[in-house]
Amino acid sequence: MKQDFKILGTRPARPDGLDKVTGKAMFGADKSVTGMLHARILRSPHAHAEIVSIDTSKAEALAGVKAVITGDDFADVESRWTRYTMQNCMAQGRALYDGHAVAAVAAISKTVAAKALKLIEVEYSVLPHVTDVDEAMAPGAPVLHEGVKARKLGDDVSGNTVGYYSFGHGNPETGFAEADEVIERTFKTAAVHQGYIEPHSCLADLGGDGRGELWCSTQGHYMVREVCSEILGIDASQLRVTASEIGGGFGGKTTVFIEPVALKLSQKAGKPVKLVMSREEVFRASGPTMSSSIDVKIGMSKAGKIKGAHAKLRYQGGAFPYQMVMMGAMSAFAAYDLEHVQAEGWDVMTNRPKMISYRAPGAPMAVYAVESVMDELCQKLGLDPIDTRLLNAAREGTKSSYGPTFKAIGLVEALEAAKAHPHYSAPLAPNTGRGVSCGFWFNFGGQVSVSMAINADGTVSLIEGNPDIGGSRASISMMAAEALGIEYDRIRTIVGDTASVGFSDVTDGSRVTFAVGIATINAAKAAIKEMCKRAAKIWEIDAEAVEWVDGAAQPTGHNAGDFPPMSLAEIAAISGKTGGPIAGHHEGAPDKAGVSFGVHMVDVEVDPETGFTSIKRYTAFQDVGKAIHPAYVEGQIQGGAVQGIGWALNEEYIYGEDGLLQNPGFLDYRIPVASDLPMIEPVIIEVPNPGHPYGVRGCGETAIVPPLAAVANGVAQAMGVRMFELPMSPPKILKAL
Amino acid sequence: MRYVVAKDSRDAVALLNTGENARLLAGGTDVLVQMKLGNKTPSLLIDIKSINGFSDIFAENGGFRIGAAVNGAEMGAHAALKAMWPGVVEAVELIGSTQVQGRATMVGNLCNGSPAADAVPAMLAAGAMARVEGPSGTRDMLVAELLKGPGQTKLGKAELISSIYLPARPEHSGDAYLRFIPRTEMDIAVASAGVNLVLDASGTVADATVALGAVAPTAVVVPDAAAALLGSKLGAQALEACAAACAAACSPIDDRRGTVEFRTKIAGVMATRAANIAYTRAGGQL
Repeated sequence: MKQDFKILGTRPARPDGLDKVTGKAMFGADKSVTGMLHARILRSPHAHAEIVSIDTSKAEALAGVKAVITGDDFADVESRWTRYTMQNCMAQGRALYDGHAVAAVAAISKTVAAKALKLIEVEYSVLPHVTDVDEAMAPGAPVLHEGVKARKLGDDVSGNTVGYYSFGHGNPETGFAEADEVIERTFKTAAVHQGYIEPHSCLADLGGDGRGELWCSTQGHYMVREVCSEILGIDASQLRVTASEIGGGFGGKTTVFIEPVALKLSQKAGKPVKLVMSREEVFRASGPTMSSSIDVKIGMSKAGKIKGAHAKLRYQGGAFPYQMVMMGAMSAFAAYDLEHVQAEGWDVMTNRPKMISYRAPGAPMAVYAVESVMDELCQKLGLDPIDTRLLNAAREGTKSSYGPTFKAIGLVEALEAAKAHPHYSAPLAPNTGRGVSCGFWFNFGGQVSVSMAINADGTVSLIEGNPDIGGSRASISMMAAEALGIEYDRIRTIVGDTASVGFSDVTDGSRVTFAVGIATINAAKAAIKEMCKRAAKIWEIDAEAVEWVDGAAQPTGHNAGDFPPMSLAEIAAISGKTGGPIAGHHEGAPDKAGVSFGVHMVDVEVDPETGFTSIKRYTAFQDVGKAIHPAYVEGQIQGGAVQGIGWALNEEYIYGEDGLLQNPGFLDYRIPVASDLPMIEPVIIEVPNPGHPYGVRGCGETAIVPPLAAVANGVAQAMGVRMFELPMSPPKILKAL
Repeated sequence: MRYVVAKDSRDAVALLNTGENARLLAGGTDVLVQMKLGNKTPSLLIDIKSINGFSDIFAENGGFRIGAAVNGAEMGAHAALKAMWPGVVEAVELIGSTQVQGRATMVGNLCNGSPAADAVPAMLAAGAMARVEGPSGTRDMLVAELLKGPGQTKLGKAELISSIYLPARPEHSGDAYLRFIPRTEMDIAVASAGVNLVLDASGTVADATVALGAVAPTAVVVPDAAAALLGSKLGAQALEACAAACAAACSPIDDRRGTVEFRTKIAGVMATRAANIAYTRAGGQL
C-alpha cells in the first residue's frame, strides 16, 4: 500500500467554499425558469384517517391554478418498495400520519397555491392511531398495513412488526452463568431529525412527450431518477436529474418526498413546477430516524471480561415497512470480541412519518444502550472504563458479533490514544462527570462511476455521480492529483447529472471517499496508460517500455534515459496529433470498505438545581484509515459529535395523545447552537484500510455513534443517578435527582 | 394588504381606528413571523419606526424613556441606561439572535402578549411605566396593569404604546433578569425571573420586587417573594422563603417546553439566582 503521499494529508482550500459564502452556490430552491409554477402540498391534520373523499373542484376553479393532484393521479407500480415511497409522497386511501400529503396544487404564484389549498375539501374518517414503538408492537395495536408482518413472528407481536433479525454466536445464557456480575437494563430513545438547514426543494419539468428535467436537492440523483421514472412510468433515459448544491443531508435526502409530486404536477399542467418544503413540512413529512426501545443484558467477570451479551432492539420507523433495525443489531456489540453474543431487532410501523437514514442509521441508539450498561458494569465492579474496553476490544482477526472476521481495524489504537490523552487524566470539577463510549460503523462501497478528461492545457476535468455532502470534491481531486502526479489545483471535480456519467449509488454510508476514490484512482490509471502509450508513440518505443513517474511518462528498461520525461501537460498539449483526446474512466462496485471505530470522551456538568447539562470538554478519537483532507475529516468528526450531543440532551419528536407532532420547528426541536458547545477536539487515528490503495475508510458516520452513551455516562457520573431515556432534557434530569 | 408609514403617533392611532384589520410594525420580529406562518393576515400594516422620538432613548427625571421602536442592540449599546437598569437591558438582549436584536423592541415584546416574554418580568420588577396613546389622548400606566393573557394586553381599541419609562433609582439599587432555557441561547423561557433590589447602607434589602415569567397566563409580580427578601442580606433562609413564595405563585401549564412540576421548581431557582446578581449589582457583599 502507498504510504508516502504528496497531496494526501494536506489541507487545500475547499472548492465549494467561495461559492457558498458568496451566495453564488445554487441550492435546491435557487433555480427558477421562465413560466414556472409554484406548488404547495395539502397535508393530513390527523395521525391516521381514511380519506373518504377529496373535492378539488373549487381549487381547480380558482384563477391561476394550473393543476391539482391527489393520490388518484398516481398509477400503481410493480415494486412494493417503490409503492411505499410513492404512497409516502402522496397518500392513497388513507392518511397514515400527521403531515401526510393528501393533495397538491400548482399555481402561478405561491399565494394562489396557498389559497387553492384552502379550497380543497377532504372528508376524513378518523382511525385509531399509535406512535409509540412498544404500543405499536403489542398485540391489538392499530395495524398500519395488513399482510406485511415479518414471517416467523408469532401472535405475541402485532402486524406492525415488519422485520426481525438476529445476529451473534455462542449462547449468551452460558456467558451470563459464567459472569460475576450481570446487568440488564431497558432504554428508550426519541426519534430525531437530521436537521439539515436546506429544506427539500425541486424544480420539475416533465413534458407530454415523456421527456423530463428535474433539479433537486438530493444525496443521490440516480436514485431520484430510478424512483421517479418508475412512479411516473417513463424511461430512465428520458428523465435527466441534476443534483443541486446541497445544504446538508446526513441521510435525510436518500429518498424522495416531493419530486414525484412536482413531476406529476408539471406533467398535468404542462409547465415547469417548483416545489419547496417549509421547515414545518420538513419536520412533519420528511424522514426522521427511528425511535427505539431497547433491552440490553451484559455479564462480566470481576476482571472486566465480557462473558455474555444480549440485546433486544425495538425500533419504530413510521408509517410504512422499512428495514433498518438490522443495522442496529449488527452494530450493537461490534466493538467487542465476544464468545457469547446475540443481538435481535424488530422493525415496527407506527403513525409517524416514514423514517429515512440518519448518519449511521440504527447504530447510535443500539450502541448507546450497550455502552451505558458497559459503563454501569465498570462502575459497579470498580473498573477503568477504557481498560475494560481494551480488555474486550475487537482486533484484527476477531470474529465480529455480526459475522465477518475483522481485517485491520483501529479500535485498540483509538482506545489507547484516548487513555493517553491529557483529557482522560484532567481533574473534574464538582457536579461534573466524565463519560466514555466506543462507536462503530460498517462503511460500504457500492456502485460508482468516474470520468476524467485530460485537457490540452494540462488540467483535468473530473466528473463523478455522487453529490458532495461532506467534501468529496476536494478529496476526489486530491486522490486524482496523487494518482496522476500533478498539482491539486489543476483538477476540477464536478458532480455530473444523470446523463453525463454512469450510475452511482446514493451518497450515504460513508462510502463516497472510499468508492469514488477507488474509481478515481482506476480512472487515473486508465488515463496514465493512454498517456504512456502516446509518449511511446512519440518516442517510437513499445508502450510497455514507458512508465509513469511523478506526473510524467519516462522510458524504462533498456530504453531508460533515452528520452527526457514527458509531463502530463506536454503529452496533453499535443494529444490532438497523437490520437485525439485523452481520458480515463472507471465504473465498478468496490466492496472492501474498512469498518471505522471511534472513541469519544466528554466532561459534562449537571446543574443540580435545574437539571441543565452543559458540555465542558469533548475529545473524539477515530480511526479513519487515511485522512485525505484532514480538515474535512475533523469537520466530520466534530459534526457527528455535535449531532450526537443534541440527540443525547434535547432533540426529540414530541407527539401528543392526539398523535400530532407538537414541535415541527427549530424553536422546540432543539439542535445544539454554537454557544452550547465547547470546541470539539478531533483526534485522527490512521490504521490503513487494506481494501483501498491509499488506506481510506469512510469517516462520516462513526462519529455520531459514541456521543449518546458518552454524554449519558458523563451525566450518570455527575449526578450519581443513571438516565435510561433520551433525550436527557432538564425536566427529566431534575425529576431523577 | 396595505403598508403605511405613520407620520406621528396621532396618525398611527387614526390608522388603527379605521376599523381595518391593522397591525403595528416596529421591529416586526413577531408580526412578520406570524404573517409568514399564516397566523396573522392583517389588511393594514402600520410602520411606526419613522415617528419622531420612537427610536430614541431620553434621559428624563433621573430615569430613562425608551421609544417604542428602539431595538435591543440600541439598548445594549446605551451605557448609561445599562448602568442604571442592567436587568432590564439584559432581559431585552436575550430576545432572539444578534440579527433579531437589530430589530426587536421592548415594547413589541410587551405587546406580543407572550407569558414568556423576556422583557416583561424585568420591566415589572423595575416598576416600568408605559405611555399609552389612543383616540382619547395620552396616559401613563404601570406595565403590570397592561398584562392580560396569552397573546393579549389591556390596551384599548386603537391604542398603542409609544414609550416605556424606567424610573430614577436610589443609591444601592440593582436589578437582574434570568431565564431558564434548555440550551444557551435562541430559545423561549421555560421559567424566568426579574428581581429589583434596593439596599440600605448596611447592605440589608430595603425594597424589593420579584416578578416571574412563563409560569402563569401573564408574567406576575410576586409580593410574597419580595417580602421574603426584605430585611435580609440574602441569607439561605431568605432565599429559601423567596423560592417557596415563587413556587406558590406559579400556575404554569404542561407543554412541550416544560412540565408544571419543572416550571414551579425552576421559577424559584431563577428568582433566587437573579436576586443574588441584583444584590451584588446594588453593591451588596454576598
